[in-house]
Amino acid sequence: MYDVVIIGGGVTGCAAAAELSKYELSVCVIEKESDVCEGTSKANSAIVHAGFDAEPGTLKARLNVRGNEMIHELYKKLDFAFKNNGAMVLCFDEAQLPELEKLKAKGEKNGVAGLEILTGEQAREREPQLSAEVKFALYAPTSGIVCPFEMTLAFAENAFENGAEFRLGTEVTAIENTDGGYKVVTDKGTFESRAVFNCAGVYADKISAMVGADSFTITPRKGEYMLLDKEAGGIVKHTIFQLPTKMGKGILVTPTVHGNLLVGPTAENIDDKENTATTSAGLAEVRAKGSLSVEGLPFNKVITAFTGLRAVGDTHDFIIDQPVEGFFNAAGIESPGLTSAPAIAEYMREMLSEFMDLKPKADYKDTRRGVVHFAELSREEQNALIKEKPEYGNIVCRCETITEGEILDAIERPLGATTLDGVKRRTRAGMGRCQAGFCSPRTIMLLSEKLGCGIGEVRKNGRKGEKD
Amino acid sequence: MREIDLAIVGGGPAGMAAAIAARNKGVENIVIFERDSRMGGILNQCIHNGFGLHTFKEELTGPEYAERYADRVREMDIPVETDTMVLDISKDRVVTILNRGRGVEEVRAKAVILAMGCRERPRGALNIPGYRPQGVYTAGTAQKLVNCEGYVPGREVVILGSGDIGLIMARRMTLEGAHVAAVAELMPYSSGLKRNIVQCLEDYDIPLLLSHTVIDIKGKEKLEGVVIAQVDSKNAPIAGTEQFYPCDTLLLSCGLIPENELSKNCGIDIDPRTNGPIVDEGLETSIDGVFACGNVLHVHDLVDFVSEESARAGESAAAYISKGCKADDSTAVKVIPQNGVRYTVPSEIHTDDLLCDVHIRFRVTGVFKDCAIVIKSGENELLRRKSRILVPSEMLDIIIKQDKLAGTSDDITVSIEEV
Repeated sequence: MYDVVIIGGGVTGCAAAAELSKYELSVCVIEKESDVCEGTSKANSAIVHAGFDAEPGTLKARLNVRGNEMIHELYKKLDFAFKNNGAMVLCFDEAQLPELEKLKAKGEKNGVAGLEILTGEQAREREPQLSAEVKFALYAPTSGIVCPFEMTLAFAENAFENGAEFRLGTEVTAIENTDGGYKVVTDKGTFESRAVFNCAGVYADKISAMVGADSFTITPRKGEYMLLDKEAGGIVKHTIFQLPTKMGKGILVTPTVHGNLLVGPTAENIDDKENTATTSAGLAEVRAKGSLSVEGLPFNKVITAFTGLRAVGDTHDFIIDQPVEGFFNAAGIESPGLTSAPAIAEYMREMLSEFMDLKPKADYKDTRRGVVHFAELSREEQNALIKEKPEYGNIVCRCETITEGEILDAIERPLGATTLDGVKRRTRAGMGRCQAGFCSPRTIMLLSEKLGCGIGEVRKNGRKGEKD
Repeated sequence: MREIDLAIVGGGPAGMAAAIAARNKGVENIVIFERDSRMGGILNQCIHNGFGLHTFKEELTGPEYAERYADRVREMDIPVETDTMVLDISKDRVVTILNRGRGVEEVRAKAVILAMGCRERPRGALNIPGYRPQGVYTAGTAQKLVNCEGYVPGREVVILGSGDIGLIMARRMTLEGAHVAAVAELMPYSSGLKRNIVQCLEDYDIPLLLSHTVIDIKGKEKLEGVVIAQVDSKNAPIAGTEQFYPCDTLLLSCGLIPENELSKNCGIDIDPRTNGPIVDEGLETSIDGVFACGNVLHVHDLVDFVSEESARAGESAAAYISKGCKADDSTAVKVIPQNGVRYTVPSEIHTDDLLCDVHIRFRVTGVFKDCAIVIKSGENELLRRKSRILVPSEMLDIIIKQDKLAGTSDDITVSIEEV
């Protein structure tokens, strides 16, 4: 019998696991994919939003601002890439100035510090590549960019190191009531638990309905993105938004925390919760709308395109509640879900504390060390590392300068990678401009050797790659 | 800091030929830095034959061709540091290397030859919509898996792009028991060599679909199939021509990109047409004492031409080392590609002080029939060569006699004229 079963190993579930692992609780994360960070958490804008966008008084507003504040500290302790680069929201029509001012007032009400309206010239002074059509911009200094894979993995590994269990490749099929709580039925056996956290992303409505709480639905909202080569990464320094619409924050142009340029997303509500295909129409829209903010974006430097699904609830706010005693929802976690994740976890822990006694763990470890990135070390550190482990002297991914040592670390560390995508998210091997053409045969060999399986059994992603 | 005369970055066909030529010209202290555990570069995975017809007048496999040069390098006692990656080259030719055993080290060289080769254009750069499942490989990645690791990635194959590696892999996958349903090519002509179309597709009844492309990739975790459509003259898919091809493997052979990360970081000027360094007739880049040759300079069709070009880079580097200064500091005339010519290598020539005849290598922009290659210096025609057909898949190599160029101060143009 667990104290808490968390359904979903995305950023919300992993942040919740990390939060609960501070206490004397037995926690188990159940994830249907073979790795954590396989759904919405891996395909989004990777922005730590300032918090001016959400309606004041909503959970979104409160948890966004709190999450932003937490990430500004957490990234040091949990060792994930974060940069406080600031954001601008552009308007292209002088008549839209009142809307920008409204956004500023909303942000201030939400507690966002430092918001400032810039004229087009002032905006271009700070960001010279902005279109000449920009009339005004709202500047938000607390906005940042993060590596969403690293952040999710950091939460997961921190939770794991503090005793949380992870059952990957395990899909929940039913939830039954028992005397002392719930029986979570999966394709790999049943798990009994006093409490259940539903952090199931686009499937959160289905999971909630399993305990009879079917008051909301989650609509996947498709967002297509294009990622540009690092040669284009310096075109803008800030995250560049356009005035938001009903469907979201529009197409943004932003550097990524690792120095690429990201343009997107589109916003299209769909029915299929698995449809992460890009479309030619979507990518054309990304090109057209991105170019409004920054003229002449070099789309010949695109290295990949991808689609993410936002889990959009029908209440216009995050759905974080306890519809049935001991069953907690974190549903409708669309943008700013990534930013809010640690705050959502904190909020859910507070809710849980009303339901069961939480006793702080004496030996809780509040830090976690990520994969050591060889390329970021000083010459002395590099040589010391190679002396200790010669595999760090062998570059496997030439585009991102990732060594064999890092790939072995990614495979061997707690909750280690079992797929090519898993290695990629932990090390960046294969994320560069050749998109794994060079390194994938080498990474496949390393995975095959370490997992003890044939080359043909090494998978790119998917559900059947987990270690026993 | 270790000091050497000549650092050669890359131990593939270009690097080996450059090293041999430099040694023949008397350069003693040469080191080839090779990131793999053996010399040969991409030739090691090219186990098909057809290499060496020009150089050795016989048909060799890739590894055999490489071995001829590797043997020579060993006979000449030219040091090769394998498992060694060059991380950085500075403007004053300090080369930072990384080796498993020795860690990170800096080496100062009097001259540097860039011979890093090229890489394949990945799926992401092709803007093919759809899912991102397992089963999509560049042709060269699949070639490595099949030929070096002994693993055949799939049974039902579609190939996008008719580049030579794609054509070679169509045959290779067929020989390994897979079924290759089609090779789709966006352009109305093949980007691979005629002999490969005949020997790798026609001999195996594999259809080549010109003016066709993949417009959708199906399958979330594993590839389930692709949709191929015909394209119009603007390369836009034509509605109604879509056809679904079930497959578990999609190979991409859609172009090669010279690998110039080190060159760019060094501050070397890059020609946007070739994606390789801008060089003069001695293959010297915009940075003094740094030379480039082989596929890092421009993508070649035949390795024989790589070897020939690279020998020239080796000789130029040797001259530079013995002089201790830029091989030629006189002003240069530009070589300008015009009508029907996509690029030229070199893009400038020092006509005052030529040491030998000059090769001008280039590719055409489309298919030209019954035409002439015309090379002029200003209004003065230096060369006119008739041709029955010119195609973009073939690299052309024209030699201009040194005396014809001597003293010319007008820019040189290379163009294709209809006859």
